Amino acid sequence: MRTLADLIPSQAGRIQAVTGVDGLTQRLSELGFTPGQSVQVVRFAPLGDPMQIRIRGFNIALRRNEAQRVILDSVS
Amino acid sequence: MAATASPPSIPIGDHPSPPSLSTERRYLIAVIGNPNTGKTTLFNALTGLSQHTGNYPGVTVESALGEFTVDGDRFLAVDLPGTYSLAPRAPDEMLAVSVLFGYGKDIPAPDAVLCVLDATNLDRNLYLLTQVLETGRPVVVALTMMDIAQKQGTLIDIEALQQRLGVPVVPVHAARHVGLSALQQALRHVVQASISSTPRIQFPETFRHEVDTVEAALVNGQHRLPRFLLERLLIDAGGSIEQELIRQLGDDIISPVRAARERLTSSGTSLPHIETNARYQWITDMITTVVRQSLTAPHHTWSDRIDQIVTHKVWGLLVFLVAMAVTFQSIFSWAAPLMEIIDGVFSGLGTRIQTLLPEGPLQSLIVDGVIGGVGAVITFVPQIAILFGLIAILEDSGYMARAAFLMDRIMAGFGLSGRSFIPLLSSFACAVPGIMSTRSIDNHRDRIATILIAPLMSCSARLPVYVLFISAFIPNHTVWGIVGLQGITLFVMYTLGLVVAPPVALVLKRTFLRGEAVPFLLELPPFKIPAWRAVLFRMYDRSLAFLRRAGTIILATTILIWALSYYPTQPALKEEFQARRATATPEEQERLTIEESGERLRRSYLGQAGHAIEPLVRPLGWDWKIGMATLASFPAREVIIAALGTIYNLGNEQSEESVELRSAMQAERWPDGRPIYTPIVALSVMIFFALCCQCGATLATIKRETGSWGYAAFTFVYMTGLAYLGALVVYQVGSRIFV
Repeated sequence: MRTLADLIPSQAGRIQAVTGVDGLTQRLSELGFTPGQSVQVVRFAPLGDPMQIRIRGFNIALRRNEAQRVILDSVS
Repeated sequence: MAATASPPSIPIGDHPSPPSLSTERRYLIAVIGNPNTGKTTLFNALTGLSQHTGNYPGVTVESALGEFTVDGDRFLAVDLPGTYSLAPRAPDEMLAVSVLFGYGKDIPAPDAVLCVLDATNLDRNLYLLTQVLETGRPVVVALTMMDIAQKQGTLIDIEALQQRLGVPVVPVHAARHVGLSALQQALRHVVQASISSTPRIQFPETFRHEVDTVEAALVNGQHRLPRFLLERLLIDAGGSIEQELIRQLGDDIISPVRAARERLTSSGTSLPHIETNARYQWITDMITTVVRQSLTAPHHTWSDRIDQIVTHKVWGLLVFLVAMAVTFQSIFSWAAPLMEIIDGVFSGLGTRIQTLLPEGPLQSLIVDGVIGGVGAVITFVPQIAILFGLIAILEDSGYMARAAFLMDRIMAGFGLSGRSFIPLLSSFACAVPGIMSTRSIDNHRDRIATILIAPLMSCSARLPVYVLFISAFIPNHTVWGIVGLQGITLFVMYTLGLVVAPPVALVLKRTFLRGEAVPFLLELPPFKIPAWRAVLFRMYDRSLAFLRRAGTIILATTILIWALSYYPTQPALKEEFQARRATATPEEQERLTIEESGERLRRSYLGQAGHAIEPLVRPLGWDWKIGMATLASFPAREVIIAALGTIYNLGNEQSEESVELRSAMQAERWPDGRPIYTPIVALSVMIFFALCCQCGATLATIKRETGSWGYAAFTFVYMTGLAYLGALVVYQVGSRIFV
């Protein structure tokens, strides 16, 4: 099972699901991390965390442990 | 002390009719939108200089209020904090919900909502709009960033969007004042015709059924909530609405809700996703009919290219260091000449008035108490104005988010996030602007933790104390051939706060600031050129807020300390010195005056307090005079130098460089002839000053920013405790090793 945290910069994937039932899951979903949506890793911060993600045309920073909630079903 | 601010309470049961505004009708408009949509720029353009920042009753979140008039009708607009959703999890989101439903104590439900949408991020922005529409309020949509969307190849059919949403949609360019009057006319139209529209978003049948169940359960218990809030209650497990209901009605009220959630989960429905999937489904369907995306969308904008540099492993860190150095330098030294001018003006004024007024309590109150106090307040203004100008530039340009992105890894190590970095760095110059700048931290618990540790950073007012004690008592030896012992001591003093702050933050985050883990989730908006009007307004607004709220408290503490050091009046002492003056030579006159003020201070209430606390400070290696000078410097730590000057009969116009003061201190002896100040005692004093919160301005600012004296008292107690403990350990251990 690959998650968003497993991608390397400029790799993209398609979201299968966002796991969990807490506030983080809700926040990610509200921001548009919905099934079928494609996401791209832009880069990692110089110290290795967090990571910059591109989704629905905007950039957002996530920590790796947050990106692990995002399960991908295909990676390109 | 509550860990979170209490949101305005939800009146459950019959809904009160909105309290009537004053005699004259003003339409109330709530302005809402995602962060970085240009919402505040639009708000500023609409309301101009009529706006002011106001604290909502019951919440610590501040909102700007401003007025405008359309064809004789008056409007009052409230700028709500930027939010992605109406699912309230933080106080500022709860504020948005309470304002929309008119639950705030003194503010009725808005007559209309102005929802600001960023055309370049239409789907995510529409998410919030669907929720706002469901509250049933009249809505007007302002569409910003149309020009950028067009450059990116996005064409939005405004007419079709308006049709689908059922509310007016007005494209605006606030900085160029385009579309503003159309927007105002649309607002006037919807409030008068009371036009609202609810999108037909289909939640799954099972979910709607459970909402009915919960509603029935609550109605049986005589409690009624609007449908929108019932849905929120069911979806947001552990959210603000659930917490508020539990707080008001007890834990039992939630059991039907919990049962409904369990039934939904066991039937295979994932709760948070019910809502998001339904809304995004509706949005996606609508977008396809309203937006045309030309295929030639340029992928690398100039903003992306700047990002490549400022988040680069080498260049990014370099840019960051330069940006931080400039920020730090600006408050540390650019503000200094302005502060000196203010200082000069006020001491000049003091001297003038001193000659005008007859000697006595009134003269002393005005010169040392009032003018000194007002001067102490105003000297902070250059630092605050400069820091907030820079912060406005950093935030407006989009760089602030990148700085937080770069520093998050380090700050996460002590339970905070990258957003806490700038407030803490600023606190090295002065904790007052540092604490004020914590408003950019969106999580309340992180913000409080940052506020509580900010005063530990070694601010510029501590420097004179270090300089005096290091130059007088730390031997000027060279260690390992290169570094001086004095330099090392200064370095240690400066880094002490940095070493102590992380464990304090960790302890706070694991004890009374404990709560659900804070997601980082920071949007990195496109870079843009900051609007200079917004920058200037921030500088003005922050300075004024400081003067108004913190200034009065600082003035009061200064006057209090003045009174303690002036009273009780000592007629016998006065007569004695008058007699001595009568026979003294002209050269001796001035020395006698200084000696008299020293004697008066030693016998004042403050002096008596110094004697009283002597048993407490002896274990730190201090005598009663150090204790008293420390007491005198609780309103502002740099006062210790003037206080020591007065105590040692040198007059109060001493500086940390004063050779006179140094030799007087070096000559101080215990009754048995040992010197009072040894290097260890000097270290003990400096450690105390490094860790103690001797700053009335900081405490006043903490009160103002958290809305509670509790946090200010807590900061004072924990820092004084740490300072005492630090000084105690240093003296007790140090004096046993180096005798």
